Amino acid sequence: MTQSVIQVDRISKQYQLGLRAKAQQTFREAVVELAQAPFKRLRHLSGRSHADDTFWALRDISFDVPEGEVLGVIGHNGAGKSTLLKILSRITEPTTGRAVVYGRVASLLEVGTGFHPELTGRENVYLNGAILGMSREEIRRKFDEIVEFAGVDKFLDTPIKRYSSGMKVRLAFAVAAHLEPEILIIDEVLAVGDQEFQNKCLGKMNEVAHSGRTVLFVSHNMAAVEALCQRCLLLSQGTIIADAPTGPVLEQYCREAFGDDDPRINLLNHSGRQRGCPALMQSVCVTDAEGGLTSTFEKGETIRIQVEFDASGREINPVLGVVVKTQRGVALFGNDNRIVDGYNFPLVTGDGQITCAFASLPLMPGRYSLDLWFGDSQRSLDCVTHAVTIQIVAANVTGTGKLPPANCGPVYWPATWELDVTECVGP
Amino acid sequence: MNQAAPTAAETEPTPADLDDAPAGTGAPENSVTSGNMTSGSGTSLGFDPASSTVIEPRPGWRAIDLGELWRYRELVFFLTWRDVKVRYKQTVMGAAWAIIQPLMTSLVFVILFGKMGGMEADTALPYLPLVFAAQIAWQFFATAVSQSGQSLVASANLISKVYFPRLIVPMASVGAGLVDFCVALGVMGLVLAGYGMAPPLQFVLLPGFLFGVIITAIGVGSFLAALTVAYRDFRYVIPFLIQMWMFATPVGYPLAKVTNYFADNNISEHWLLLYFVNPMAGFTQGFRWCLLGEPLNPAHFAISAGVAVVCLVVGAVYFRKVERRFADIV
Repeated sequence: MTQSVIQVDRISKQYQLGLRAKAQQTFREAVVELAQAPFKRLRHLSGRSHADDTFWALRDISFDVPEGEVLGVIGHNGAGKSTLLKILSRITEPTTGRAVVYGRVASLLEVGTGFHPELTGRENVYLNGAILGMSREEIRRKFDEIVEFAGVDKFLDTPIKRYSSGMKVRLAFAVAAHLEPEILIIDEVLAVGDQEFQNKCLGKMNEVAHSGRTVLFVSHNMAAVEALCQRCLLLSQGTIIADAPTGPVLEQYCREAFGDDDPRINLLNHSGRQRGCPALMQSVCVTDAEGGLTSTFEKGETIRIQVEFDASGREINPVLGVVVKTQRGVALFGNDNRIVDGYNFPLVTGDGQITCAFASLPLMPGRYSLDLWFGDSQRSLDCVTHAVTIQIVAANVTGTGKLPPANCGPVYWPATWELDVTECVGP
Repeated sequence: MNQAAPTAAETEPTPADLDDAPAGTGAPENSVTSGNMTSGSGTSLGFDPASSTVIEPRPGWRAIDLGELWRYRELVFFLTWRDVKVRYKQTVMGAAWAIIQPLMTSLVFVILFGKMGGMEADTALPYLPLVFAAQIAWQFFATAVSQSGQSLVASANLISKVYFPRLIVPMASVGAGLVDFCVALGVMGLVLAGYGMAPPLQFVLLPGFLFGVIITAIGVGSFLAALTVAYRDFRYVIPFLIQMWMFATPVGYPLAKVTNYFADNNISEHWLLLYFVNPMAGFTQGFRWCLLGEPLNPAHFAISAGVAVVCLVVGAVYFRKVERRFADIV
């Protein structure tokens, strides 16, 4: 058995709520607080008053990572993934617990950390490399390789403030990709750049993963996690709820992410709501063409998605967008009434209901989740991912009772055939 | 909501807690060590324990890890180099600012204090070299302190995304001022040449006095940087502090003016020792001694040098004490 290179033993991290606001406090307030502190401590000791204003971003996390393993860390926003990575890369200290890491660690929590807009591409490669922990000699040796990977050789002596954002990201990832630590900690870096570059990154990540290095990899890109990681941790509300081979953990995550198959979902406190969105969408229900509540549809049936919204205090032309995704989070199709002619609804306020219907769904049997976007004619205001899950069951749409095999993808599209031969010898 | 928290029960060091739990609660001292330093870890694995890192809460004070700073010296160099490169980007005058600033300030002092204030009478030396010799030291110090005081907040994105010894940030800001200092020192040479003066033999000791200014600047700068992260008030305090400090330092006036004033008013010479508790008083006078041969009382210098070391230690130790919270509150 291989040795553990990362041993995490009951790590917890407590944050004080309103920490950001607190950071901005003035010296005067601090002096006042200082004067009050003994009393507070007294109250604390006597057992009254208690930390309602604190929360545990991580709670008793323990796991080991053997040498050479690529470990995926998945979970919803706010599950504690980033906090965990920050603790393991020593950016912030745990509140309690202990972890031991053997070997040189490089952490990549952001692409292009420390890039300075006024400096040229060349200068930034050196600067960024040094920040990520490379020596000058190491950077010099890999410089050509980095530039080639990023594909920015013509702009090396241009200040990067004149780079396109794509170029910046490519250069940044190129530097990071040439790190050679024993342990690599990566947070969501694949979520940037165009498809071609993402594939390149994924390729590079694969190379790293197979070079025997230990990698901790956080991503929302389930396909990437599945491709790279042998084992996964699933975090939820600061604790590990699954620690197992990737396949089963992904399935569990998808099940949790998609919730149960209740056709009526309350959206007010939905965990899939994007950070910072006002909760305009109150609830959603999925119904069949006749309006009957159900989350199970036969292939080819019509699905109606009804969203109750509350736009009190606003005046909007309601727009509802729906994106249909597979269990693994791959978007299949989507639509909204902003882009389709003839659905410019009048200006409304207060609460109401908006319905979107997809006729004759071309989906293969399986479970799918819907992302909902709600807004007005200008922009999206509220977004809930994995808002509701639907189940598609097989129906005899082909006339033979057979369906295409699973490797044909999640969409069934009818087709017609023609035969052109010179001679038929049978019926 | 509170789940059982066996280890967190008695202490409650939250990230936002400025006053840490008393030392000794929770974890042992000497926690995060890496590289050449041996770790306090009791676990023994087949790995070279020398390269292990222990991550755990470390309440209380902790020592400055010089070995780690040394391992990160290239990063200090790169951050310094970045600050130097960026400082005069997109300016028309460029590095000429490094000359204009001390020169103009000195000219103002010559007119204001020398001519109008009549302080020329207190010194046998021409007033411009007298002021400029101190001004180059002061200018370096003032820039270094104000830049390093802001440095942590300015590098918030670095601090919250990458690990490195945080002391590097204010140190690099101090280092970036050295280039300007060298330019100004060159101008000092021209000024001396213009007056037909040659620096005395003790000129070779100038780097020593510069070193004194540097450690004072690092001490004060890192202290202010740590405070600015938590209390943004210090953004406004720093410029004000530097301005006050300048008048407490013999920059625009000759030291003889102070001693003469003491003598004229029958104030004991001993009070002059208090004046040199300001480390910059000793160092600027040291600059004048090196460049112009002005007198420098060894006792006065010793006081200044001693306070400078205290500044460095206090600044760095306070910085180390609060640095664990930087990433959480910056």
